[in-house]
Amino acid sequence: MSSTARDTLNARVAARLQRRRRTQRLIKRMGLLAILLGISVIGLLFASALLHGFSGFMQVQIRLEIAPGRDLVGLLDGTADPDAVAFRALRQHFPGVESRTDRRALRQLLSIDAGNQLAGYLLKHGHSPGEPVRLRVAASSSVDMFLKNRWRGNVESVQCCLDDRQLGWVEALVDDGALSLHFNTAFWSNGDSREAELAGIRGAIAGSLLMIAVTFVLAFPAGVAAAIYLEEFAVKGRLADLIEITVNNLAAVPTVVFGLLGLVVFIEWFGMPRSAPLVGGTVLALLTLPVVIIGARASIRAVPRSIREAALALGASRMQMIAHHVLPQAMPGILTGTIIGLGRALGESAPLLLIGMVAFIADVPAAVTDPATALPVQIYLWSASPEQAFVEKTAAAVVVLMLFLLLMNLAAIALRNRLDRR
Amino acid sequence: MSSLSLLLILLASSVLAFELGRRRASVAATPAGGKLHSLPRYHGYFVGLACLVPALAVLCAWSILEPKIIVALLVDQLPPGAAELPASELGLLISSIRNAATGFSILSQDQLALLSESYRQLKSAGRQVAVAAVFATAVVSTAVAFRSIRPDFHARNIVERGVEKLLLATSLVALLATLGILFSVLFEAIRFFQLVSPAEFLLGLEWSPQTAIREDQVASSGQFGIVPLLTGTLLVTVVAMAVAVPIGLLSGVYLAEFSGRRFRQAARPALEILAGVPTVVFGFFAALIVGPAVHSVGESVGLEIASSSALAVGLVIGIMIVPLISSLADDALRAVPSAQREAALALGATRAEVVTGVVIPAALPALAGALLLAISRAIGETMIVLMAAGLAANLTANPFASVTTVTVQIVTILVGDQAFDSARTLSAFALGFVLFVLTLVLNVVGLRFVASYRSRYE
Repeated sequence: MSSTARDTLNARVAARLQRRRRTQRLIKRMGLLAILLGISVIGLLFASALLHGFSGFMQVQIRLEIAPGRDLVGLLDGTADPDAVAFRALRQHFPGVESRTDRRALRQLLSIDAGNQLAGYLLKHGHSPGEPVRLRVAASSSVDMFLKNRWRGNVESVQCCLDDRQLGWVEALVDDGALSLHFNTAFWSNGDSREAELAGIRGAIAGSLLMIAVTFVLAFPAGVAAAIYLEEFAVKGRLADLIEITVNNLAAVPTVVFGLLGLVVFIEWFGMPRSAPLVGGTVLALLTLPVVIIGARASIRAVPRSIREAALALGASRMQMIAHHVLPQAMPGILTGTIIGLGRALGESAPLLLIGMVAFIADVPAAVTDPATALPVQIYLWSASPEQAFVEKTAAAVVVLMLFLLLMNLAAIALRNRLDRR
Repeated sequence: MSSLSLLLILLASSVLAFELGRRRASVAATPAGGKLHSLPRYHGYFVGLACLVPALAVLCAWSILEPKIIVALLVDQLPPGAAELPASELGLLISSIRNAATGFSILSQDQLALLSESYRQLKSAGRQVAVAAVFATAVVSTAVAFRSIRPDFHARNIVERGVEKLLLATSLVALLATLGILFSVLFEAIRFFQLVSPAEFLLGLEWSPQTAIREDQVASSGQFGIVPLLTGTLLVTVVAMAVAVPIGLLSGVYLAEFSGRRFRQAARPALEILAGVPTVVFGFFAALIVGPAVHSVGESVGLEIASSSALAVGLVIGIMIVPLISSLADDALRAVPSAQREAALALGATRAEVVTGVVIPAALPALAGALLLAISRAIGETMIVLMAAGLAANLTANPFASVTTVTVQIVTILVGDQAFDSARTLSAFALGFVLFVLTLVLNVVGLRFVASYRSRYE
């Protein structure tokens, strides 16, 4: 081969090599990019939930002052209507408001719950005679939204619900310092409500916790027991294969189908109550079961043979070997799988829609048979509301749900790390 | 007495029975009677289980049968003629009686009051019978177990055999659940097909499930053609796969072939967190951010894109599925023996060429399985579509248009009150059946691909 030919060949190989290496770099970079994209979506979800939801944790409140006198006495002995008293206290700011339509417009600045909050305040704190009572009550959601938007610097967006007259009053109250932003305790202590300023997630959280409790009680023992059977006792054969296939398949069945099962079997055939955490928890238990089984099988399988054989050699029965040696070793792994399964159940909503947990329920459930809703379903319900005030509620509920799940995930990861270290 | 307190009492008494059995066994081991075959606590377990299990079985049986028995007894008391009512009206009557009895009703007719009173009586009488039966069972079987304690009684073997049976029973729950889904959905779907012919359902091009609520109402009879729903589902799935497959596959390839150990250990849990984000959260963002964003991007380039377009929904579902594909792909690629990789490297291939030329072809069955599982997931996704897609069934292949899917129709039909004999309600079960069968096939085939591949290299 002549030297020029070798040179051109070398040059071609070098060029080709360069191209090949470029492809390699490209693939590697695209892979990295894909992963970073996936991870940044998590960040994006969190950030925008916080951004939209932050104001949902706050509430605009109106300061009212009730002078000692007829109103206060009436309130204390129950002869005065607290709503009327609250309104009269607001009217003190605006002596000029006389006409009927004006009064009604002014009334709309207060939450419809204002009288209730006033009565509750007096009941809880009492009052010292001769002193005026000062308290803050919730403003109506239109005032709430208007001020939050303005403080955020986005003026033109919502003026839908207040007319010019009302805007003037709001300005005057802000100048007085009577309208201010406070931590929204109602969001944590109330159930659902049609009024945005009163709607809270306590009912939904209670419903979710009750449901998760039912799910755990059903799915954990059943899942562990099934995993023990499949790993330690099942004879390889048709039945074992069938169970294996159904367990794996059940983990991939669309969750809404479990809702159909719950509706037909639990509610129609067994006559269990609609909207109850008992039914919801049972349906979610069926959904969680395969996750628990798959996780538990993996960690039972990971227990070394030598431990089993040592136990058997010392005369333990198989059941004793499992109960005294295999299960304690596998337990951290089993719990990790269970927590992940429960996390999935906690965020699940589609099957719950079908078994009636989507009804409007204002009370906080106290038992597994009370009508209830769940946190994800509450998010769905609020997100369907056309009122702008519910958008921030929805996002705030999303933040709470994500925090719950984050906690569960961290618990699972901590458990797994402890397991790895052993 | 509520079922819960009954359950707690049963549990407490079985603990008591355990203790009794254990004591009795310790005492029974006299020098004259010989050594105990089993440890005293196994005798305790035996008595405890004997107290609990049969009584629980009775309780379960009662809870399942109770509503049926009471309804049957109630129907006997109804005025003549009522028993001949069609099933739906009878059901309505029964449930109004039931509601009146539990204090939810505002009706105050005398007859209803009378019936609801007798419903209440039946219910409490039934409760008493059940409680008595449960306790009688518990006492009798505890006594029998207790009497059988003797030093040479093989308590451990019996307990272990019993526990093994219990374990077998629980492992059948998954099987039962699958069969339960299949039969409950199938049963209602068959009732639907008695009203609407399967050919009309499978081949009809129009979906508008409005039917007359009352018989005298003049209303359309409803159109139950599944085709527009299937095309809508397909459209969303295609968009989702177009997003998820490249991103998921590339992530999986990077994790398995290029990343360092530490990066992998951090990135996989992070992607798992993405997989753990509830779908309702994705749905919220699809509706609040992605839909309008896609709409305004379309506007700026002069495209008419609905804010509830298949494109926006598919985009979000695609993101949701990325972790599923990436972790399945990661597992599949890592299972390829390193000897194959090293051989290719030794022949001078770059690492990228090893991946595309050797590792991916070797892992192809498992990757195909992952793809099928991902498609099944996209088809079954409910919340994102429910919150961000439309309700109108459009027969279109345009991803910018608003479409609806099978899952959305199931939920919208079944949320709220439903009469279990209208074609509208039953159509949801027919849709559910189609959905279940479709995903079942995808899952079984997908899982088989993954498993057969795994066994090849293990």
